[in-house]
Amino acid sequence: MWIFRFVGLRLLQAIPVLLGITLVAFLAIHLVPGDPVRIMLQGRASDAAVAEINARLGLDQPLLVQYGRFVGRAVTGDLGTSIIQRAPVSKIVTERLIPSSFLLAYATLLSVLLAVPLAVWAAARRDRFADHVIRIAGTVSFAMPSFWIGLILILGFGLTLKWFPIAGFGQGFWGHVRHLFLPALTIALFLAPLLIQSLRAAMLDAMTAEHVEVARAKGLGERRILFKYVLRAALIPVVTILAVNIGWMVSGSVIVEAVFSVAGLGMLLVHAVSTRDYPVIQGLTLVFALMVIGVNLLADVACALIDRRTRNA
Amino acid sequence: MRRWSPSLWIGIGLLAVIVLAGLFAPWLTPYDPLRQDYGAALRPPGPGHWFGTDSLGRDIFTRSLYAIRTDLVIGFWTTYVPMVVGVLLGAYAGLVRGWFDTVLMRVIDTALAFPFLVLIIVILAILGPGTQNIYIAVFLVGWTMYARLARAEMLVEGGKDYILAARTLGYPTSRILLRHALPNIIGSSIVFSMSDFVLNILLVSGLSFLGLGVPAPTPEWGAMVAEGKDFMQQAWWISTLPGLMIVVTGVALALLGDGLTHRLGDRHVTGG
Amino acid sequence: MSPAADAGALLRVEALEIAFRVRGGDVLATRGVSFEVRQGETLGLVGESGSGKSVLCRALLRLLPSPPAQIRGGRVLFDGVDLLALPEARMREIRGTDIAMVFQNPMTSLSPVWPIGDQVTEGLRIHRGLSKSAARDRGVELLRAIGIPDAARRYDDHPSQWSGGMLQRAVIAMAMACGPRLLLADEPTTALDVTIQEQILALLADLQAKNGMAMVLVSHDIGVVAETCDRIAVMYAGTLVETGPAAEVLGNPRHPYTLGLMRSSPRMDEHATRLQPIPGQPPDLARPAPGCPFVERCTFARDACRHESVRLREVAPGHASACLFPESVV
Repeated sequence: MWIFRFVGLRLLQAIPVLLGITLVAFLAIHLVPGDPVRIMLQGRASDAAVAEINARLGLDQPLLVQYGRFVGRAVTGDLGTSIIQRAPVSKIVTERLIPSSFLLAYATLLSVLLAVPLAVWAAARRDRFADHVIRIAGTVSFAMPSFWIGLILILGFGLTLKWFPIAGFGQGFWGHVRHLFLPALTIALFLAPLLIQSLRAAMLDAMTAEHVEVARAKGLGERRILFKYVLRAALIPVVTILAVNIGWMVSGSVIVEAVFSVAGLGMLLVHAVSTRDYPVIQGLTLVFALMVIGVNLLADVACALIDRRTRNA
Repeated sequence: MRRWSPSLWIGIGLLAVIVLAGLFAPWLTPYDPLRQDYGAALRPPGPGHWFGTDSLGRDIFTRSLYAIRTDLVIGFWTTYVPMVVGVLLGAYAGLVRGWFDTVLMRVIDTALAFPFLVLIIVILAILGPGTQNIYIAVFLVGWTMYARLARAEMLVEGGKDYILAARTLGYPTSRILLRHALPNIIGSSIVFSMSDFVLNILLVSGLSFLGLGVPAPTPEWGAMVAEGKDFMQQAWWISTLPGLMIVVTGVALALLGDGLTHRLGDRHVTGG
Repeated sequence: MSPAADAGALLRVEALEIAFRVRGGDVLATRGVSFEVRQGETLGLVGESGSGKSVLCRALLRLLPSPPAQIRGGRVLFDGVDLLALPEARMREIRGTDIAMVFQNPMTSLSPVWPIGDQVTEGLRIHRGLSKSAARDRGVELLRAIGIPDAARRYDDHPSQWSGGMLQRAVIAMAMACGPRLLLADEPTTALDVTIQEQILALLADLQAKNGMAMVLVSHDIGVVAETCDRIAVMYAGTLVETGPAAEVLGNPRHPYTLGLMRSSPRMDEHATRLQPIPGQPPDLARPAPGCPFVERCTFARDACRHESVRLREVAPGHASACLFPESVV
């Protein structure tokens, strides 16, 4: 099966980057000016206690040994221990993974639901009123800071209209759907303009492609041409844009989680930074990067499924 | 369409108004951006205070104007220092190829594997919060997008005859890079820098919103939005109006970028 | 023009006028174009690029996007029915079934994301309601008939796996799928290697003979049409300047532009040793001037050519020229 070979090849290609991100995560604790353990304990500890923790974390070993151990443990899923929370980092992170993943998937879905019809409409009405309005709305939407949109949505739909809860993750699937609607919408309002822009361009390209004219000459109806030829050709840019922007979505989710008090990875990161919980910061650095790499791999596979020309790339 | 589009004009006009308002802030308002006046706390927008006052009685309009200096200055340097560094590195790598190119690409791939904000936050966690460290963090990361863009353009441009001609004539690499190649590959980076400028303002204000950015009394839009977060219900203006300043500035820059894209020709520009 | 209405005419185009709305005015792409194609015959439509040949073909199938294109006047009678007056739904049924079209560039004529066979037989499923498997059987036959080896296995190939020549065969098979009575071939060999060009032309002639269909073969190369066409129509700056039986037009050209095309074609054997390009540029279609449109480039031009209006006039039975002084063309 080509797909195993394809995924295997992509994983091999990712090895240098994987080494790079483990190095960055590893250095996150070692580049801290001064003694990270002292900073973590905020001067409440005796020299003996500091030395003991240093030894327990292996921070007294040579750097290369420490890096080797760090990678070795990371591969088995062991991300170390948070001194402050007195729990394994992997456990702390796993608990927070679900709300964040839910939020990201939800935001992606909302973006696509917003972007596809608007992009189709804009492309069909190229350079006419609707097209201009959609473009201007996109420009404005893109320039709006997500923390600000979040607060406006809280003010409007939460506090004033009371349609949606304004904080937390909720209970059960539909509880999550309700609680995360405003946070997901906030991210979507940032992402959708990017999607609309590239999807519109891709659709215009596809609409003027010669094979579409050929399809018309075959006597196909406009609806069939739109769905089978135009949208299909425009699908790849959409998947690519979503993948390229997964980093921005995750960035946005860090802020959005803080605005809506969603107990996800982003809130954990902000909290870890303010409490100087370096093992957690390390672990999160790895997890966030792995999310980006994973999503890009998925996108590559999706593109290869849609258009076989990309399979050999 | 190589012409001066209306969006270019509107963008330049809006940006000029914003820059001038920032420069002449002391003459545009009678208030001090830092002086607290508990007697005047939480006043709604009205004649005396156009944008109202915050919980410490400071005039929000005044603080929003002074914040133009903070945000635009940080946004400018965090955009254009990385742009110069990134374009030079990327173009050089694309021209000479070899080990330098390979190493640079691995570094860029690694940096781009992280969500931008996460990497900045991690660097700030190492260095500690504060304006100076924001500069350092963004300088460390921001050049990568430009380097990748410039390298890609250079790979295309490097195969063209005029570069080959310059090489066969034995011109030094620096001359080929700066005199011959750069003018032809800089366009996409300039266009990208406009949306990057917006993103950097969003970044700085976002970091300040999270409490990792510009420290407390300094007027900064994101920090101001954060200050009003807990007063959303009784005093909506504290968060809303400084946020609106970000939107207007962002739209101005985006329009400028839009107009420039048209002027420089509709080259495909990848961003994100 | 037109001699007495021919009972055998499958397609009759009458005084077709197509304009494009662009910034700063209208461009007339065709002006008063009239011609006919009889059952089973091949009409060669020649002219330089920009002369309006492709626009004309697309207009016959009503494929021109509007705006900017606009049909200002005239009729397109197919089997006596004016295609320009048909509702879009009816027109869609005609496309691909009664009239089919082959385009210039085979590499872009097929969508890169779907299998070739699927696209070749799509018309059969849409118009004839064939099931997927029936369409497949028929599609394999079609591919085999146009000379694709191992057609059953290659049915599911994607366009990126085929060469340009093979793809053009597939595009032709796609056009032939529903057995059209008229095939419009718009520069079908221009994008191909010279050796492949001959094969494609032979294939088209062969298919035409077997199916008894009529064909309009569009080319900028009068040599290409000379080989395969029964009749020739020469187009210049949106108007027809000479029409007639192929042998007659080529043997006794009565318009200086036709002569120029013959002298600049590498395929017209007798002139192969010294090719002569036609000097000058075609006129600006946005600003039509009075008189003959070819006057600026014509070596026979006289004063009258600058202001007297020109139209096709019969110079011999079935042979018409738009030159004011056809007898002086040598």
